[in-house]
Amino acid sequence: MAGIKKKDLSHTWEKIKKSWYKFSKNPLSIIGATIVLLIMCLAIFAPFVAPYPEHAGNFVDFRNASQPPSLHHLFGTDVFGRDILSRVFFGFRFSLVMGFVVISLTAPVGVTLGLIAGYMKGTWVDTLVMRLTDIFVAVPPLVLALAVTSILKPSVFNAMMAVSLMWWPWYCRLVYGIASSIKNEFFVQAAEVTGSGKLHIIFSEILPNCLGPILTKISLDMGWVILIGSALSFVGLGAQPPTPDLGTMVADGGKYMPDQWWMAVFPAFAIMFVVFGFNILGDGIRDMLEVEEG
Amino acid sequence: MRLLEIRELRVGFNVYGGTLNVLNGVNLHLNEGEKVGLVGETGCGKTTTAKSTLRILPMPPAEVFGGEILFNGTDVLPLGQKEMRKIHATGISMIFQDPTASLNPVFTIGDQLRDTIRYAGIDGHITKKEIHERAVLSLHDVHLPDPERMLKNYPIQLSGGMRQRICIAMALATQSQLLIADEPTTSLDVTIQAQVLRLLGELVEQKETSTILITHSLGVVREWTQRVYVMYAGSMVETAQTADLFHNPLHPYTEGLMKAVPRLTGEGIAEGISGRIPDYLNPPGGCRFHPRCPHVMKVCREEKPPYFTVDADHQVACFLFKG
Amino acid sequence: MHSIFVLLGLSVLVFLIARVMPGDPARMALGPRAPENVVEKFREDLHLNKPIYVQYYYWLKGALRGDFGTSLFTKRSVADDIREFFPATLELMLFTGIVMSVMGILLGVLSARHANKWQDNVVRVVSYMGVCTPAFVFAILFLLLFGYVLNLLPTIGRLSPWIDHPRKITGFMTIDSLIAGNFAAFWDALKHLIMPGLALALGPMAQEARITRSSMTENLQRDFIALERSQAIPERRIMSRYLMRISIIPTVSVLGLDFASQLGWAFLVELIFNWPGISRYGINVMLHKDLNAIVAVIMIIGLMFLVVNIIVDIIVAWIDPRIRLGAERST
Repeated sequence: MAGIKKKDLSHTWEKIKKSWYKFSKNPLSIIGATIVLLIMCLAIFAPFVAPYPEHAGNFVDFRNASQPPSLHHLFGTDVFGRDILSRVFFGFRFSLVMGFVVISLTAPVGVTLGLIAGYMKGTWVDTLVMRLTDIFVAVPPLVLALAVTSILKPSVFNAMMAVSLMWWPWYCRLVYGIASSIKNEFFVQAAEVTGSGKLHIIFSEILPNCLGPILTKISLDMGWVILIGSALSFVGLGAQPPTPDLGTMVADGGKYMPDQWWMAVFPAFAIMFVVFGFNILGDGIRDMLEVEEG
Repeated sequence: MRLLEIRELRVGFNVYGGTLNVLNGVNLHLNEGEKVGLVGETGCGKTTTAKSTLRILPMPPAEVFGGEILFNGTDVLPLGQKEMRKIHATGISMIFQDPTASLNPVFTIGDQLRDTIRYAGIDGHITKKEIHERAVLSLHDVHLPDPERMLKNYPIQLSGGMRQRICIAMALATQSQLLIADEPTTSLDVTIQAQVLRLLGELVEQKETSTILITHSLGVVREWTQRVYVMYAGSMVETAQTADLFHNPLHPYTEGLMKAVPRLTGEGIAEGISGRIPDYLNPPGGCRFHPRCPHVMKVCREEKPPYFTVDADHQVACFLFKG
Repeated sequence: MHSIFVLLGLSVLVFLIARVMPGDPARMALGPRAPENVVEKFREDLHLNKPIYVQYYYWLKGALRGDFGTSLFTKRSVADDIREFFPATLELMLFTGIVMSVMGILLGVLSARHANKWQDNVVRVVSYMGVCTPAFVFAILFLLLFGYVLNLLPTIGRLSPWIDHPRKITGFMTIDSLIAGNFAAFWDALKHLIMPGLALALGPMAQEARITRSSMTENLQRDFIALERSQAIPERRIMSRYLMRISIIPTVSVLGLDFASQLGWAFLVELIFNWPGISRYGINVMLHKDLNAIVAVIMIIGLMFLVVNIIVDIIVAWIDPRIRLGAERST
């Protein structure tokens, strides 16, 4: 790794300004940011933006059921007569909430554990934490999430808990890798010698060097967490009807394929759209931050 | 006829922000049997010149903007792949600066050496046995122990010095007329440097290979070469017989270089040259050294100085010596 | 070995989670109308009244013998269930694995050879979309397009109802048909494999293509390639031999992880295509909270992942002497 520089606050502000400049130069990053912002607005302002906000809940209108896409209903209606476009907007809400909740739970926990384990590399703390993460990553994430959710009562909350449970190890490993390799750098040793407490070292010396990759991972992760969340709902283990969740909509719509294709296809594309947006954004952030590290 | 003659070579790199005009009219020649040095700071274009001669620069982004490279009288720049391969086979070979980067890490030494030998004799037919024998011999030439076993090794198993010897072996196995050695000892330990240089000297004498030795070390140049070129920011600023250059450096840059070398005897401490090498995106007009030159004149800012002959074999590209 | 420990730890973890579940598994299995004494006997047999570590002990003992208990869902031994459904998933995953690695590398090479020209740009854009799209979206789209609209490919199961099942030797529909000499069956089985396999393969294929491309373009700039050119080695040889071997190392390294993530998506894809594999079985037992089966399925998946990783590690070590010989690298 090319010279790891000790970071402090004034330095950081300069870097933020420079990073923003670089970010804004990359067209893909702007597209990603726009998409994410758009989705967030649609989600937050769903009751005002959706053409038929009341369709998001318990609503039936059998006269208008199973209508193909038209000017009145851009994405068509489902078997209950509910406007799919509106439900998709509300569906974004659940997706985003899932993403935020899971990441705000797992990132701090995973990062902290990773920092501690990395700094204490070679001790029993390290071994314990790492073996623990090994167990969790031994199965594909989705499988574990499915298993855990299936045991609990199906609900959005439980789905979030399940996904969080198997997501934290990845943050832990990422940070562990960085922390353990830089713990022997001069500036860390300097801090040790001058008597800084372990906690201080971990959070003011080591952590800033991990922020870049962590931030990148968070933005890329949003997409994946949303994906896994919709996979869980697809199977019936996440959001329950009549909640408009993109995954459940795809599952419900799947029953009426191929004739009423719009019921499954539009929510599926919506999921893709969200993931795509976060992915490009994440890539843009990575390019911006990692070019910095040079 | 001269073995190699480079005339007014202009090469640049098309990058994101514009074009890096690195080589700004390089003039260089080499006669058969000569050991010529090319000395200059990092970034002055030495490697670019070498790679251009062999046509192994990545062609986007690199681009040749003008000039000729005459090898045995023929300009190599417009040559097609087939003809260029002939030159690669028996005409010119090269040793790169970093032996670790020069060797493909996932193939054995034997694999790489054998291919070099095999494709060197493009028209002749060479048997496997002969290739193997030649490989062993070439490793022998560079004083590597146990050549048979060495052939089965991977680069990762060897030290830097050994890797460079192998690169030397590869370069000389093909009996080329010209060898370009680009800073062959720079990335080696100081203790090994002298050894490898001595070995190189012996071998080129033995095989009568004309050599261009590229280096940033004046000391090496003094020991090893008969004639030398001093390069700055993309073109040659001075050329002379080695002894002459050290005895009587004329170009302000050369003078600065000499002064920059700390001396064990005599008075005074070493001085640097103020300023920095130019930005190739927007290089200075005229003589590229003029912003740093203590004797700068009006004409220096406007025109690029050509060679002015001062003595037999001693030429300076500086308006101070006009007429 | 480290991996054995991980598998054991996994089983403990899953076991704990499974047993923590609220509700009464015995009652759920036998139904609300079963008499209480039958349910009680059932509880006794499954050791459900004993402390959790005792339950784990019995489970482990059985597992080492190959007995994973009885499925509350299918009422058969879990081991039998696995034996029946596993080959289907294995066949699907093998198909997926082959397609994603071979096609991924080929596309990457194509992209690198024509870097920055139209072929490259098309591949890059398509790969980007591919990486972002989950397997089940592909599955639905394929189902719609190739299954219904174009009516090209069959949409359900492994074999069409009018084809005779070949005798089961390996459990692989394709191989068994070939062994039996039944080409109609072979072709039919293959057609059934295409959509689910492709749905699972496209994502990682795109990923592999991107990695291969960037690896190749990066290596093309390296000194050793330039040196090989200066040694009159024919360009074709340099590309196909010297560039290839070193460039596919990152691709192969990632294959294991990509394969693993697809194991997860296989759960959905098998559901969509009604593929009678271990993943569909897994979803069903999970929905029915069938503890024994859930634990067994997780273990099998974990084992598959482990085996694939080991194979990938061996391949990478075989290609790359730097890993094999583990010597410290100078700069």
